[in-house]
Amino acid sequence: MTIPAGSLLTAQDLRKAYGPTTALDGAEFSIHPGEVVAVMGPSGSGKSTLLHCLAGIVMPDSGSITYNGREVTAMSDAERSALRRSEFGFVFQFGQLVPELTCVENVALPLRLSGSSRKEAERTALAWMERLEVDELRKKRPGEVSGGQGQRVAVARALVTNPRVVFADEPTGALDSFNGERVMELLTDAARSANTAVVLVTHEARVAAYSDREIVVRDGRSRDMERVV
Amino acid sequence: MSIGHTLLGLLESGPRHGYDLKRAFDEKFGHDRPLHYGQVYSTMSRLLKHGLVEVDGIEAGGGPERKRYAITEAGITDVGRWLATPEKPEPYLQSTLYTKVVLALLTHRDAGDILDTQRSEHLRSMRILTDRKRKGDLADQLICDHALFHLEADLRWLELTAARLDKLREAVTR
Amino acid sequence: MSAAQWGRDLSMGVRFAFAGGREGWIRALLTAVGVGLGVALLLLTTALPGALAERDRREEARSDHTFSQQEIPKAANTLVILDTDTTFRDQDVRGRMLEAEGPRAPLPPGVAKFPAAGEMVVSPALKELLASDSGKLLRERLPYRITGTIGEQGLVGSRELAFFAGGEGLAKQLEGPASGARINSFGNDDLGSSDPWDPVLLLLVLVVFVVLLMPVAVFIAAAVRFGGERRDRRLAALRLVGSDSAMTRRIAAGEALAGSVLGLVLGTVFFLLGRQLAASFEVFHVSVFPSYLNPSPLLAALVAVAVPTAAVLVTLLALRGVVIEPLGVVRTAKPARRRLWWRLLLPLGGLAMLVPMVGQGSDEGTFNQYLVVGGVMLLLVGVTALLPWIVERVVARLGSGGIAWQLAVRRLQLTSGAAARMVNGIAVAVAGAIALQMLFAGVEGNYTAASQYDVSRAQMSVDVPESTDIASTARAYRDTEGVRKVTVLSDVHLGDRRVEADSYVQLTVGDCAALREVATLHSCRDGDVFAVRGSEYESESDHLTEPGTTLWTDGDRLVSWSVPKDIRQAQPREDPTGYERGGILLTPGALPEKLAAATSASLFLSVDRSVPDAYEYVRNTAARLNPTAQPMTWNSTESNERYATIRTGLSVGAACVLALIGASLLVSQLEQLRERRKLLSSLVAFGTRRRTLSLSVLWQTAIPIGLGLLLAATVGVALGAVLLRMTNTAIRVDWPSVLSMTGIGAGVVLVVTLLSLPPLLKMMRPDGLRTE
Repeated sequence: MTIPAGSLLTAQDLRKAYGPTTALDGAEFSIHPGEVVAVMGPSGSGKSTLLHCLAGIVMPDSGSITYNGREVTAMSDAERSALRRSEFGFVFQFGQLVPELTCVENVALPLRLSGSSRKEAERTALAWMERLEVDELRKKRPGEVSGGQGQRVAVARALVTNPRVVFADEPTGALDSFNGERVMELLTDAARSANTAVVLVTHEARVAAYSDREIVVRDGRSRDMERVV
Repeated sequence: MSIGHTLLGLLESGPRHGYDLKRAFDEKFGHDRPLHYGQVYSTMSRLLKHGLVEVDGIEAGGGPERKRYAITEAGITDVGRWLATPEKPEPYLQSTLYTKVVLALLTHRDAGDILDTQRSEHLRSMRILTDRKRKGDLADQLICDHALFHLEADLRWLELTAARLDKLREAVTR
Repeated sequence: MSAAQWGRDLSMGVRFAFAGGREGWIRALLTAVGVGLGVALLLLTTALPGALAERDRREEARSDHTFSQQEIPKAANTLVILDTDTTFRDQDVRGRMLEAEGPRAPLPPGVAKFPAAGEMVVSPALKELLASDSGKLLRERLPYRITGTIGEQGLVGSRELAFFAGGEGLAKQLEGPASGARINSFGNDDLGSSDPWDPVLLLLVLVVFVVLLMPVAVFIAAAVRFGGERRDRRLAALRLVGSDSAMTRRIAAGEALAGSVLGLVLGTVFFLLGRQLAASFEVFHVSVFPSYLNPSPLLAALVAVAVPTAAVLVTLLALRGVVIEPLGVVRTAKPARRRLWWRLLLPLGGLAMLVPMVGQGSDEGTFNQYLVVGGVMLLLVGVTALLPWIVERVVARLGSGGIAWQLAVRRLQLTSGAAARMVNGIAVAVAGAIALQMLFAGVEGNYTAASQYDVSRAQMSVDVPESTDIASTARAYRDTEGVRKVTVLSDVHLGDRRVEADSYVQLTVGDCAALREVATLHSCRDGDVFAVRGSEYESESDHLTEPGTTLWTDGDRLVSWSVPKDIRQAQPREDPTGYERGGILLTPGALPEKLAAATSASLFLSVDRSVPDAYEYVRNTAARLNPTAQPMTWNSTESNERYATIRTGLSVGAACVLALIGASLLVSQLEQLRERRKLLSSLVAFGTRRRTLSLSVLWQTAIPIGLGLLLAATVGVALGAVLLRMTNTAIRVDWPSVLSMTGIGAGVVLVVTLLSLPPLLKMMRPDGLRTE
C-alpha cells in the first residue's frame, strides 16, 4: 500500500499475536489531520488491537507505525507515554474515569499530567465541559452521573489537551442510541473545529456514519473501503 | 403513504383551499417530493365522490384552486379508522441483494466483494443522512433517523451474510 | 423462617464462594489464607502453655541431683553423675559425665546405652555443631568419641546442645568441688519447684497474650471482607432473579462461612507445617520439638467455633450499611458522620477498669485477671474504633498537592473506612507492643539485677581444686591464647579453736599484685602479712587478726598458725567479684608449707576481648585440666530467667503478628489493585507516568498508616503508663522502643508497598485494556 500524501498517522503491515491468537495479520492504516476514520469489523477481528498499536499503547510484533514522520515502534516506553500525554486523547467504552475524583478533576487530569497547575488545568477543563454541555456536573463524582454524561466528560477529557489525534474505542458502546449519537455529534464537531483527527473503533454503523471514511478489519487484515470503491 | 387520508387529516383542523392544502402537505411531509396540483385535485374529487369532503365555498375568480373544502362526519370517521389501523410491516422477502449474492456464489464470483461494496454504499448514504440530520431541525432528524435505521438494518444483514458466506456457498452449490 | 430455608441459603452461599471461575477461587483462597494465618497463630497461642509445660516436664524427668539431696551408698543400681556443663560462644551446652556402678544403674532419658569411658552420646544439634567448622574449638574441649545420639525424650528442645560422656573413677571427684552426686534414679519430684507467679510477671504474661491476640482478631475481621465489592454485585444479581433481602444476607453469611471454614482447614495445615518447621528454629536459645506444640483440645475447639461465628457476624455487620437492590448496590447514600463519643468510651472504659488496680503490684498484691484482660482489650479495641474517625477527619482536611497526592487523597476521602480498616491491625499491634516495651523497660530494674562484678578488672574466674599444683595451672592459663593477666588467690578459713570453733577468719594468699586486687596496700614485699579490718562482711572476726593469736584449720589434718608480730594493716577493697573481704592476707613467702596444702585457689582471668573466641580458649584449657571445671564468665547484668522467657515470647509473637498483618495488607492491596485494573490501564493509556501511580499507591497507604501509628503511639504510651503505675514503677517513656516499634510498623508498610509494586506495574500494562 502506498502512503497517501499528507498523512498524520500511518501503519504498514502490522502483525500482533497474543499467545496463539493472531490479532493483527498485516493491517494497514492511514489518517489525515482533522479526518474522522471509522474502524469497523466483527468482534474479535482485531479492531481494538489496531487502535492500541496506533496509539503506542501496545507494540506490534512487526510492521511500522509513523506519526508525524516519527517511527512510533522505535520509541521508548517513556517517549510513547509522553506522546500519548501531549498529542493523543482517549475515549473508551467505560471504566476510564477515576471514581474518586470529581468530574472536573478527571477532565483536568491530562493537563496536570503534563505539568499544568491545578487551577489553570481546571479552568481549561471547565471550558471544555461547557462545550460538551456537562459543566453543571463539575463537582459530581463519576458514580453520580449518567452513562451519557460520563462519556461526555470522558470526551472532554480526551480533547482537553488539544490533541492531534483522538482514539475512541467503542465510545458509545454502553449508551443508548440517543445518548450515543449525542456523544458522537459533540465529539466529531469538537474534533473537526480543532482539526483533530479521530480514530473511531465501532461496530455500529450509525456511529460509523459520523466518520469521513471507514476501514474494515476482518481476521486481522484491514480493508480501506474508499480505495476499493 | 395514503395521500387521500393525509389530506383529509389536514382538513380536520378547518376548511382550506386546495392551494393551502398543498402548501401544508409539502411543509410537513413533502421534504423529498412536493405534491403536484394535479394530485391534489384528483384526490379531492375522489373524496368528494365518496362524500368524505364537501365544497365549503367557491371564491370569485373561479378556477379549481379557489374551491374551499371541508371535511364531513364520514371523513372524520374515515381518518380515525385509518390512523387506528396498523400498517402492514414490510416483509422484504424478495431482496435484490440476496439474489445478487446467490448468483455470485453460483457463478463463482467474489460474493464478499459484492457485500463490501454494498456496505460501503450504504455507509455513504448513511453519512449523507447523518450530515443532513446534524444540520436540520427536529423533523429532519426524525425523518433521517427513520431512513438511517432502515439502512442500518440492511447493513446488519450484510454483516451477517458476510459472516455466513461459506455456509451459504455450501448450501447453494450443493 | 424454616431451618431448611436457612440451610438452603447458606449452602447456596457456600457454593457461590467457590463458583465464579478463577476469580471466585482466588477470592475464596485469599480469604481462607487470611483466616488460615490467623487461625494458625491462634492455635500456636493455645499450644504455647502446653509446650512450655512439656519442656518443664522433660526438664524434670531428666533432673539428676540437687545440692540438698541425701548421700546414698554405692550399690548395683547407682550411678555417679558429674556436671560438665559448658558454654560455647553464646550457647549453653548441657554436659554430664556418667559412670554406672552396677548393672541396674538408671539410664538417663533418651539414652539407650551407657557410653564407655572416652565415649559420649550427643544431641543431634551438638553433633551437627561438632561436625561443622565453627565447632572446631568445642570439638577440642570434648575429646570423646561420639557413639550415639540422645533421643527426644532426653532433650528439652530440638536445638538443645547436650552430651553424656562416660568416665572412670568419678566417685573420687564427688569429694572435690565438682558438682555431682551418686543417684539411683532420674527425675526428681522435689525439683518441680513451682513458685507462685509473681503478680507482676502474671500481669506481663496476660498482657502479652492480649496484645498478641488482639491484632489477630482484627486481622481475621479484615480477612473475611476480602472481595466485598464483587460479592455485593453478585448479591445484587441474585436480588434481580428474585431473592429477598434476608435471603441475600444469609447467602452472604454462607459465603463467609465457607471462606472461614476453609481458613480453619488451611490454618490447621499452616500450624502443622509451622510445627514441623519449629524444630529447625531456635529463638533466643529456646527451641521446641514439634510434638510439644499440641493445642489444648478445649481451646482448639473454641477457635474452631469462634472463627466461623466471628466471620459470619462481621459479614452481617458489614452488610448493614449496604442496601442491595436488584439493579445494583446502594451504599447508604451519605454514610452517617462518624461520631466521636462512643468511640472515646471504649478506651476510657478500658482505663477505668485498669486505674483502680494502680499500685497493687507491689508487696504480695494481686491483680484481678479479668479486669486486666478486659481493660487492655478495651483500650486496644479503642484504637480500632478511634482510627476510622481520625482518618476521616484528617483526610477531609487534606489540601492540594501533586497529582499522585490528589489521587491518593481523593480515594481516601471516598473510602476512609476501608483505609482505616486496613491499618487497624498494625495500629493495634504497635500500640500493644509499645505498652509492653514500656512495661518491660520499667520493671527491668526489678528483674535484671545489676551484678556486682567489675568486668573491667577481670572477665572470668576458675576455681582450682585442692591438691592441684597451682603454679602449673596458672601457667597453663597464662599460656592460653587471649589471656592478658592471671591473678591467683588461694584461701583457707581458720578457726579460733582446735575443735568447735566459735569464729573463723579468712586467710588469703597471693603475690603482691594479686593481693592488691583485694586490698589497698601501701607497700608490699614477699614475706609480708596484712590484716584487713573494717570490711563489709567480716568485721566481727577482726579480733582474730591480733598478733600472736593462734588459729587452726578445719578438717582431718589439723594445722595451727600464729598471727605474726609484724602484721601490718591494710584497707579493704572490693575484689573483681564485688566481694569486700576481711581477715588476713599473706604473701607466698609468709605461708608455711603445711598450711599451703590446706588452701584452695581461684584464678581471676583478664581476657583480651579483641581476640576472637578468647573465652573459648580459656574454657578449653579449663576442660583440659579438669573436665568438671566450669569457668565463670562475668556479665555486668544478670536477668531473671522467667522474665527473659516472657520477653522472648513477646519478641517472637510480635514478629509473627507483624508478618501476618503485612501479608494481609499485601493481599488486600493486591485485591484493590486488581479491581482497578481497567482504570489503571486507561490512565496509562493517556500517558500517566508509572511513577505517579506508584507514588499514589504509596501515599494511599502511608497517610492512614501515619495516622494509625500516631494514635498507636499515644494509646500505647498511655497504656504503658497505667501498667507501670499498677506495678508501682516510676513512669518513664521508653522513647527508643516507641520509635523502634513505630519504625517497624512503618517498615511493614514500606515493604508491602514495595512488594505490591511489581504486580502494579504488571497491571498497568496495556493488556488490561483488552475487553474480556
